[in-house]
Amino acid sequence: MAPLLEVENLSTHIQLSRSMVRPVENVSFHLEAGETLGLVGESGCGKSMTGLSLMGLLPPGGSLVDESSVRLAGRELVGLPDAELRKIRGNEIAMVFQDPMSSLDPTKTIGYQVAEPVRLHRGASKAEALERAAEVLALVGLPRPKERLNDYPHQLSGGLRQRVMIAIALACEPKVLIADEPTTALDVTIQAQILTLLADLKDRLRMSMILITHDMGVVAGHADRINVMYAGRIAETTETRKLFAGMRHPYTQGLLASIPRLAQDNTQRLFTVPGLPPDLSNPPAGCRFAARCTYATDKCRTDEPELVGADDEHEFACWHPVNGPLQLATTQVRETPPGEPADPAAPPRKPLLEVTELVKEFPVSGGLLQRSKRSVKAVSGVSLSLGPGQTFGLVGESGCGKTTLGRMIVGLDKPDSGTVTLEGQQIDALRGNELRRHRRDLQMMFQDPYSSLDPRMRVGAILREPLQIQGIGSSKEQLERVSDLLGEVGLPKNALERFPHEFSGGQRQRIGLARALTLNPKVIVADEPVSALDVSIRAQVLNLMKRLQASHDLSYVVISHDLAVVKYLADRIGVMYLGKMVETGGGQDIYERPVHPYTAGLLEAIPIPDPQVEARKDGGGIKGELPSPLDPPSGCRFRTRCPLAQDTCAQEEPAMRKFGDGHFAACHFPLQTPVLETVAPAGAADGSGEAPAAV
Amino acid sequence: MTTAIDPPVPAPPGSPGADGGEAQGANLTGWRLTVREFLKNRLAVAGVGILVFFILFAFLGPLVYHTNQEATNLLNTDAAPGNGGGPLGSDSNGFDVLGRLMLGGRTSLEIGFLAAILATVIGTLWGAVAGLLGGLIDAVMMRVVDVLLSIPFLLVVLIVAHRYGSNTWNLSIILGIFSWLVPARLIRGEVLTLRVRDFVSAARVMGGSRSRLIFRHLIPNAMGTVIVNITFQIADAILALAALGFLNFGVHYPSTDWGSQISDAQDALSNGYWWEVFPVGVCLVLVVMAFNLIGDGLRDAVDVRLRKR
Repeated sequence: MAPLLEVENLSTHIQLSRSMVRPVENVSFHLEAGETLGLVGESGCGKSMTGLSLMGLLPPGGSLVDESSVRLAGRELVGLPDAELRKIRGNEIAMVFQDPMSSLDPTKTIGYQVAEPVRLHRGASKAEALERAAEVLALVGLPRPKERLNDYPHQLSGGLRQRVMIAIALACEPKVLIADEPTTALDVTIQAQILTLLADLKDRLRMSMILITHDMGVVAGHADRINVMYAGRIAETTETRKLFAGMRHPYTQGLLASIPRLAQDNTQRLFTVPGLPPDLSNPPAGCRFAARCTYATDKCRTDEPELVGADDEHEFACWHPVNGPLQLATTQVRETPPGEPADPAAPPRKPLLEVTELVKEFPVSGGLLQRSKRSVKAVSGVSLSLGPGQTFGLVGESGCGKTTLGRMIVGLDKPDSGTVTLEGQQIDALRGNELRRHRRDLQMMFQDPYSSLDPRMRVGAILREPLQIQGIGSSKEQLERVSDLLGEVGLPKNALERFPHEFSGGQRQRIGLARALTLNPKVIVADEPVSALDVSIRAQVLNLMKRLQASHDLSYVVISHDLAVVKYLADRIGVMYLGKMVETGGGQDIYERPVHPYTAGLLEAIPIPDPQVEARKDGGGIKGELPSPLDPPSGCRFRTRCPLAQDTCAQEEPAMRKFGDGHFAACHFPLQTPVLETVAPAGAADGSGEAPAAV
Repeated sequence: MTTAIDPPVPAPPGSPGADGGEAQGANLTGWRLTVREFLKNRLAVAGVGILVFFILFAFLGPLVYHTNQEATNLLNTDAAPGNGGGPLGSDSNGFDVLGRLMLGGRTSLEIGFLAAILATVIGTLWGAVAGLLGGLIDAVMMRVVDVLLSIPFLLVVLIVAHRYGSNTWNLSIILGIFSWLVPARLIRGEVLTLRVRDFVSAARVMGGSRSRLIFRHLIPNAMGTVIVNITFQIADAILALAALGFLNFGVHYPSTDWGSQISDAQDALSNGYWWEVFPVGVCLVLVVMAFNLIGDGLRDAVDVRLRKR
């Protein structure tokens, strides 16, 4: 039987004003009925463009090259007139886009938007279409769909909007669903829900699905076969288990090896794929991966390898195929005997940074004449402490207050109450020049490498700015310092004269790190330092951060939604939920012996790039969505989503209890037995716990 | 984007060899890209051409084409072009119309530029300070703008011009002081989006003062908007001056501006003396249109630069 979707020699060219970009070249694959095909690769490798090309949705200047062929159930789609294509789009092939915030029309009700494809393709009446809309919305798990038909997108959370997007795509029961990074903009707990939903719907409606993602963990659990794309071409294609157990292309190998794992020993360097993907307006001759490949020979740089393989099931484009995954020396878990003196989880003798009982609330609206009545409770009484040379990691879903906490530590936001103390000096009480001098010790590294560097300033000026503001050194000394810094973060000297937009995301993040280092700070708060970067670049930056920490005796506060990143960098981890610290402990404690049901759920929800681990998951994870921080639940804030919640949880706020050396959690029904407490005085040296605070 | 190569693994401090392949071709700075984009817009380039012509005409013209614009010549009033008068004839006072156009054009352009720059400077600072400080100060500053905007512009300018008017400087200052409101709102909006960007936070973490934030980070990044706005401001100022001149509140004798010229020639049309009205009208329309074309072109070009590619 012929496959449902056959793609042959698909090539897409985009004509720009001065150059031609070839984001997709000679891509061939097929999709069987009922199958999920994963399309993975880093940003700019052409995976999204492949999806759009299948639908005939090309950007301005884009065109499919002659030999391209896309056959849906035997029918050729390339070259069909637009009117015919429109009948297929949204009807036989449907697409779910990445960003649920911008892909719904804010001025139309969700009922109208879900009904729209039904009216267009089925010619249904308005009432029939709305009925169908309610049906599909129920299918995607929207609570009380009939009542919500008249809701507007802004009334729904991100996870619910993505469900609505899926409902729109499914309204006409398409044969093929293309899901383009369907969960990238969502939190891990919601991501797990959406992925489970997609897999479930695919089986129930007997669809085929193309799952486009950059996340190897997502495809490991949810794809039957995987195409690995690199620089507009397919590098390797085979079924999921085979790919993870015995990949042949060095790129696949590197991609998998550079992902930080939870089970990893964080004293070892991460594996990195050197360099950057090539510029697709001028692709290199030969194998496109050659410049970054450790196995590359002269042949790779001149001759382009074909996509071939031992059998039809496993094809790869490489002259020097590797055999299976890298045996990472780092994967064995270190057994740390408890109470060992060098144990990083042990509380510091004399904390460098101490944060006690920080509270921050943002009033909602309130102009000149209105009085605001309500406020967003961003951070509600969080304490932590950090020793010299240590790293504290903060994890939690978006909206849990971790960024606000970081901004208060560096003094960007003023806490409503509570203190930040650095080396015995209370920072948040300082003003004017005193504050300016102390800012030298507390610097910040930002999430978005595109907005954290002033686009109007040259890199040299950006790096000198801290010295100028602080009035340190003559301009010659400043220049010397700046070029030393560039060397340290691994950028060429000529970068000084260039503007930020001339650098890639990873390089910009290096510049951001260099700027944070300029003043020789004692503590750097890194807010999602790598979440905007591709996997292979991410590993480079993480390694750099670790190396600089050792050579400068830095302390980090690392904020991330990615538990694996935090675990790799941090000695101690704090898990935040809705403005509260729910659990703190050493990396191994959190990972191996989670106490709080939220921590356990978070660990469960993280997609692991290993099909066997993913297959064992039973779709547990955390149900529901984050409650509004305007009106957090009484008692334990997690109780509304907690499988173990009982009446006590609503009435009484749980206190921090000790579960091991430096391991604390606030839960009435913990997953481990607490250690019998000798009640420590508040603000004691271990200071890591959150004292019970009445809100 | 560039294809510069990240060094494979972080090189040890100070080690060379980090020079990867640097992309050269794409290294256009923001402004060069803006200029390139601007030059593609034919209408905008035509606008620049018209403007350059009128600047040369008004400022260098009188050096080539000498006329007496101070003493009236009552023996040669309302002479038709080529017929005893100059190439464009003479007006009701016997002044050569072509020479008078140059003189009036100079005043109009000077006042237009000065007033627009003054308005933009005040407006930019006001908007940037209000946007950065936020809260109560912002609210008060913007209510001041709202109140001033609700006062009829021309009426106030007429009264003030009547009291202090008459020369180029005074008129520029009067027009400038009463037209900074729109740029102030524009820049405040721009600053509101800029101030939450991470690079502004980064400067604050370093200990940067507010004035540094405004002058080093906010205003340079809002410069695109500012420059686009200046061109529209000039056009507006020239038109406002024409209105003032037409109502006889423009510059005084022996100086003149285009609005005063049109006003002087009010009766000329009914007498068929077209050369006293049409040339100055055409000049006014062309110059104002040129500024608007340039402004449109700049706005598109700045937008292009702000896009990723």
